[in-house]
Parts: sequence; C-alpha cells; structure tokens
Amino acid sequence: MKRMILALVLVTLYAANALAGEILVYTALEDDQIPRYIKSFQEQHPDIAVKFVRDSTGIVTAKLLAEKDNPQADVIWGLSAVSLMQAKQAGLLKPYTPKDGGKILVAYKDAAAAPAWFGIDAWMTGFCVNSVELAGKKLAMPEGYADLAKPEYKGLIAMPNPASSGTGFLTVSAILQLMGEEQGWAYLDKLHDNITAYTHSGSKPCKLAGTGEAVIGISFGYRGLQQKKKGEPIETVFPKEGSGWDLEANALVDKKAIKPEAMVFLDWAVSMDAMKEYAQSFAITGYPTGQPVPAGFPADPAKQMIKNDFDWAAKNRDRILAEWTRRYDGKSEPRK
Amino acid sequence: MKKITLRANTEGAPDQRGDPVHWLTEQRLRGLLLVLTVVWLGCAVALPMANIIGKSLHDGAGLWVGLGNFKTYFTTPSLSVSLWNSLFVSTVTTVISVTLGFFFAYALTRTAIPCKGFFRGVAMAPLFAPTLLYGIALIYLFGRKGLVTTGCFGFFQQTFGLNPALDIGLYGKVGIIIAEVIFTFPQVMLILSIALRVTDARLYEAARSLGASKLRTFFSVTLPGVKYGLLSAVFVSFILCFTDFGAPKVVGGQYNVLATDIYKQVIGQQNFAMGATVGVVLLLPTVLAFFLDRLAQRRQAALVAARAVPLPPCADPGTVSFYLAFCGCIAAGLLLFLGTAFYASLVKVWPYDLSLSLTHFRFGNMGGGGYQALYNSIRMAFYSAVFGTGLTFFSAYLIEKTRGMAALRHVAYFLSMAPLALPGLVIGLAYIFFFNAPDFSLGPLTLANPFNGLYATMAILVLCNMVHFYSVSFLTATTALKQLDKEFEAVSESMGVPFYKTFMRVTAPVCLPAVVEIAQYFFVNSMATVSAVIFLYSADLPLASVAVANMDDAGDTAPAAAMAVLIVLVNIAVRLGSGALSARLSRRSQAWMGNNRSNP
Repeated sequence: MKRMILALVLVTLYAANALAGEILVYTALEDDQIPRYIKSFQEQHPDIAVKFVRDSTGIVTAKLLAEKDNPQADVIWGLSAVSLMQAKQAGLLKPYTPKDGGKILVAYKDAAAAPAWFGIDAWMTGFCVNSVELAGKKLAMPEGYADLAKPEYKGLIAMPNPASSGTGFLTVSAILQLMGEEQGWAYLDKLHDNITAYTHSGSKPCKLAGTGEAVIGISFGYRGLQQKKKGEPIETVFPKEGSGWDLEANALVDKKAIKPEAMVFLDWAVSMDAMKEYAQSFAITGYPTGQPVPAGFPADPAKQMIKNDFDWAAKNRDRILAEWTRRYDGKSEPRK
Repeated sequence: MKKITLRANTEGAPDQRGDPVHWLTEQRLRGLLLVLTVVWLGCAVALPMANIIGKSLHDGAGLWVGLGNFKTYFTTPSLSVSLWNSLFVSTVTTVISVTLGFFFAYALTRTAIPCKGFFRGVAMAPLFAPTLLYGIALIYLFGRKGLVTTGCFGFFQQTFGLNPALDIGLYGKVGIIIAEVIFTFPQVMLILSIALRVTDARLYEAARSLGASKLRTFFSVTLPGVKYGLLSAVFVSFILCFTDFGAPKVVGGQYNVLATDIYKQVIGQQNFAMGATVGVVLLLPTVLAFFLDRLAQRRQAALVAARAVPLPPCADPGTVSFYLAFCGCIAAGLLLFLGTAFYASLVKVWPYDLSLSLTHFRFGNMGGGGYQALYNSIRMAFYSAVFGTGLTFFSAYLIEKTRGMAALRHVAYFLSMAPLALPGLVIGLAYIFFFNAPDFSLGPLTLANPFNGLYATMAILVLCNMVHFYSVSFLTATTALKQLDKEFEAVSESMGVPFYKTFMRVTAPVCLPAVVEIAQYFFVNSMATVSAVIFLYSADLPLASVAVANMDDAGDTAPAAAMAVLIVLVNIAVRLGSGALSARLSRRSQAWMGNNRSNP
C-alpha cells in the first residue's frame, strides 16, 4: 500500500513538473524557419517544451481574437505588428519588456511607455518572377510597381489578398502611401486587370510563379530567394519605388495564469543568439547583429523599405480592406 | 390504406404489455431514450447554433444590432452576389451529380454488369480525399501548366504532330462545378444504391403482365420506388455543394461563394459577426429542404413488405453493355483524376523537373505536423466512426420506428437533419464560441460553462465530426430502416418481445450492411474533412487534412498532394477492410433476401 502511495505521489509530482515546463506559442513565422530558429532555445532550456500553432497572419490573428475570453496561447512569436496593434486594442496583450528589449531599435517596437510588442525582423515586398515563362513569352523583367500594370502582363500576376495575408496588406498599404490614396486606387484598378489570382497566403503567389501557374508573384523577399535555392526558375525583384514592409514581433498574452516560462521564451526570442538566426533570413532585424545581409537582398535594405506609417496602417486597416473588397473581391466572373 | 388498418389493429392494445408491474414500460423507455437523443443533439447542435445566431445579431463589439448585419450583407453587392453564385453552382452540380449517380447506382444494383466491386470502390474513391485534393488534381490537369492544358507538356505535339491542348478556363465556376460533382458523386451514389438495392420483384412482374413498356415501368415503378432516396440525394448533393469551401478555395478564382465568404470574413477580416451572419444565410435552404422532406415523407409507404420478393438483376446483354460502358467511363475519369494527384505528388519540381522522387512525402521544414498529424487523424476518424455510427443508427431507429410521441420525434428529426446545412466552418466557429466561453450570462444569471474542459481536446474534434457527418448517416440509416416494414415491430410487439430485442435480433442485423457503410462513411469523412476542424485542432493535435490545407495555402502544392494521397491510401485500406466485412455480414444476415443477389 505504502509503495502504491509513493508511486502515486511520484507520478503526480512528475506530471506537475512536466506541465509546468510547457508553453504554447502562436506564430506566423515560416514553417521552414521555425526548426532552425528554435534550436538554440532547446539547447539552453531543454526542460521547457514548446508547442506551436503556426498559420498565416490572418488566421493566427483570427484565432487569437476568437479566443479572447479564454486565451490559449502563452506567447506570440513573429506576428505582424499591425495584427499585434489590433490584439493590443482588444486587451489581449500584457506589456512585458524582455531582457534585451532595450536593445531593439525604437522604430521597431511598441511606442507606449510600457511596450507590449517587440519587433524581431522586417519582411518586405518582393516580386517572384519565373524567368523561364517570362523568356518563353519574350517579356521584359518588371522593375517596379508601375511595370506590373502594363498590359503585356495581363493575366500573369498572382497577388495575396490583403484581407487574409500580412504580405498582401503591407503591399497595398505601401502602394497607397507611396502614390497617395486617389492615385493608389487608380493604380490598383489597373493592376487588377493583370491579376490571375488573389491568394490567401503571402507565400503562395511566389510558389504559383515557381510552378508556372502564374508568371509573376507579388510576395516577399525571403520566399523568392528560398525557392531559387530549391531549383525553381525564380528571380526576386525588389520594386524600385521601394518595398512595403511590416515587422514580425513578439508579445506576452494576457491570461489568468501567466507562466514564467513564457517570459523565459520572450527573453530568448530577442537575444543575440536568436537574432543571429533571424538575420540569416532577413536583411533587417530588431537590432543590428553584425551579420552580412543575406544573398539576394539589396545591399542597403533600409533604403529599399518605404517610410512606413504603422499608426496610419493600423487605424485605416479596416477601411482599406473594405474598399479593396468592394472593388476587387466582388467580381463574379473568373478572370483568364 | 394498409398502414391505417395496421395502426388500428395495434393502437387498441394497451402499452403496458410485457411486465405489467414494472413502471418502466416499453413506451416509457422509448420516450426516455428519445428525450436523451434530443438532449444530446440539443447540446451538440442547437445550443452552439443558437450561440452563432446570437452572434449574427450583434456587432463586432457585442452590441445588439438586430438584423443590421443582414441588411449590410444584402446591400453589399460583392457579398450578396455570392448567394446567387452558390445557388447556381449547387443547382448545376446537383443536376449533373444526381443524374450520373442514379445511373451508376442503377447499374450496380439492378443490372448484372461484371466487376461491381471494382466500380463501387472507384466510385467511392473521391470520398476518401479532402475536397482540396479535387482542386489540386484539377490544377495539375487543367491549370495553366496542367497535363491537359499543355497537351501533356507538348508530348502529343511532338509525337503525333497535333495539338490537343485545351484550356477550359478552370478557375471559376467551371472548376468549382467539376470539383463539386466529383465531391458529391459518391455520396449521391451511396444513398441511391441503398434505395435501389431493395425492391419488390412482384411490382415488375405486375408491370410486365400488364404490358407496360420499359420506359413506363421505369417511371411508374422504379422512380416512385426510390422517390425518397432520390429526394434525399438531391437534398444532400445540393447542401453539400452549397456549404463546401475546399473546392472553391482552390479553384474558385474570383468566383465567390457563400462558404468562401465566411472563410474570408472570419480569417481575413476577423469579422466574426459577419461570418456568423453568412452562416445564418446558409441555414435558409435547410429549413426549406426540411419542409420538402417532411412533405414527401408523409406520402412514403413502406416499399418492402415482409413478403417482398427480391428482384433478379437484369442480364439483358444490351443493357449490360450500355451500363458497363457508362460505368467504365466514369471510373476511368475518376481514376485519371486520382492518378494525376498521385503522379504530381511524386514529381520533383512540376513542371520543370519531371523526375520522380519521394521528397514531397518527407514533409521536412513544412507546416502541418507530418506523420504525427496522419496518426492523429486516424485516431480521430476511428473514434468518430465508433461513436457516430452507434448514435446515428440507434437514434434513427428510435425516430423511425416509434409510434406516437410525434412532437418529440419531430424535434429529434429536425435536430438530426440540421447539421446537413451547417458548413464545417460554421460548426467549427460555433464550437469555438460555445466551448471556449468560460461562462454564459443569461440576463442577470451567470452560468459556468460545463463543457469548457472539452476545448482543444480530441473529444471536441470527435464531437465536431459526429455532428458534421450526422445527417447523411442519419438519412442512410433512415432510408435503410424505412425499407423495413413496420409490420416487424407490430408483430414482435404483439408477441410480447421488447423492442430492444427486435432491434438487436432483426432490425440491426438486417441493416448491417448499412451500418458498416455508415461507420465507413464517418471514418473516411473524418479523415478527409478540413473545414470543421481547421478552427478546432490544437497544437498538440495536428491533423492530416488541416496539414493539406495549410500546405496548399502556403503554396506547397506538391507536399499537400502527397499528404492527401496518404489520407486516400488510409481510407482505401479502411474501405477494403469494411467491404470485406460487409460482404461477410451480407452473406450471413441477408440470406432471407434470397441468394440471387450479387452484392459485393
């Protein structure tokens, strides 16, 4: 009997221990990035088990908001800053400044006195162009947004739907900021005539270009460079007018029982070890790491990025999406 | 008339037959079980739906807006056009699917064509895959770089000097309709073959002796005999298509339908109120279908009398070769389509490097959860099949074979049919709202949510699948039960045999092939479903079908095809197993039907 009780106590202790070292992370980072990133965390904290919910920006945000009354996630890792601004408004975030949080450049974190989110990298608009198909059609390589609206690209371009894709939104937002609203919408009208498909995810246009289903995919830099490595005939073009961009940022979820492990994770997620890994994928990181800019990116990435007004973007997001949906989402006939 | 006399005979008999001193009379026990059925359906269907209807009447901030959301919906052209698109696509799909499904089922049940097992297996194949796979395969066939569009990459051009390349303009309604016909075909076929399987040869004999032509016999004997099944098939096909989002998501292009609207509203714009509103708009056809179904059912009399004589399948060579050709064409089409998906999952870099490899089956550096997800899906499908089949069949029995308690049966019937109109996304969303809420407030009262613990568990996934696939299983069970004369119940009752004994000894064994088919239906659909579980799966429990959606969404089409192929393989294995089981059971339990039926 005594032995049984001892066994029971041991089992209970073990179970309690195992549960204590477990956190749930919601992330919109790319699937091929996570295993590489997380390696150093697992080495430093083998006792903490990390579970992931990974999805497109829109889906992760939707999930967070749907669970507002009973949050599941402990930590948000690498989600669009515009989405985190919305989550903050909904009261979902608990301000927490991680150990190296002070190092993050001011422009790349929440502007509040007690910042709720910290940016780890910036991702930016890049066009994925299928050079084989382009050569087959004897077309010139597009250099910027203006080129994409030319009639010779009719039906050849895939673009992410800004309503569901973070990449789609940052691109539309950049176009409206660069050209001004009136001209921006007029440009998007013309671009619409050239679009073969609006996709839900920001990676997909690039992958469609990779298989020839589209010739040009409006996507983001990292994706195109990755696919070229895989052997797809993809050239990545950064638009000459400047790229739209958004931050991937981290935050602590406000819930009844906040786990100390969640803070340990957030500390690690902006540490130099982690930042160096981000620097392998992105030209811009939360703070400089001294690593060279990854091959394929412009030499001076900060110059490539437009002057982005996040406040304006977050405040006008709903209106922009409603207008976009009214103009381009209601077409009842398929486009060829 | 027969029914009325029967009822008059038994109704005079008092209910406390059996053990007269026991308070638990048969009728009371049946009543209690019916109440339990209603309670479980109430918790799993009605309450979450009431919750989502509530959401549709509030704005995003939780303020009461009445019908404001609906007004917005119908006055926003880009949204309301989806309703017409959905109606159009569903109608065309239903006409094509039911026509093809009817003749296919007819060939399998009423003619002596060879290779029935093969044809049945192939026809069920589309059921084995997530709807996304139909879209993916269509892209590999008819997309810009598809096999058909490019004439097998110019192979025909080079070899034969002719260019059969054909661009059907896949993206849009054409693609949706093709994918939905493939999607609904097996389900329509399943319902119709069960309806066609049982008939009374005496009716055909009578028609022949009265000199009726073949066509006349078809319209006056065959069609009326399967009227109920036909109506169910139309109804199921329409609603399945109306509420599917997988196919429009992949091949819909800019052609918006209601189901993709919900997805966009919720996922893209985080507009839960509008998502709920579109969900409620989707409910309207069910209510209509429900009333049509009740009307038709009122006229339905038992087709197979206890003295029915089985109909030998038609062996006329002309008929057989016609139906053989017909089934051959359909089977070839379906196989081409699945084969393309298999092939595409093996090609290294479509269309630039056509060498074959298994890289896409590694799922390395990829979302979805790989083989762990596949294992979870198998477990989930197994539980759903076991619990789902037991519950549907028994409650269908209670509702169909109980006398009296009409109001209770009507409520139970309605609740059993309602899930058919609920798109998976709506069920998923409703379950999140319902099971994740820590408490409910009813005016001044606040109740702790007793189901809160279910959130993000295997149990909620199983529950969700049981509800999602409840109606078709229920209809299958009801159709099978309907073809058994109520006389069986009346006779056992008059002999003092309790209903559960009749159920175990007569009803269930006779319906065993249907029961096995229902279990299999639950399993393969739970394996393949995406929409219902995409909101409910948790990090601990990645699922294979969600992995397909996620990988396709990220543009990793080939690995998505590979995962879908694995799902299909698991389902084919289960199908073969259940087919063998069904055949054994048929031999044992259907012997009373005569031994001249060639049932695979």
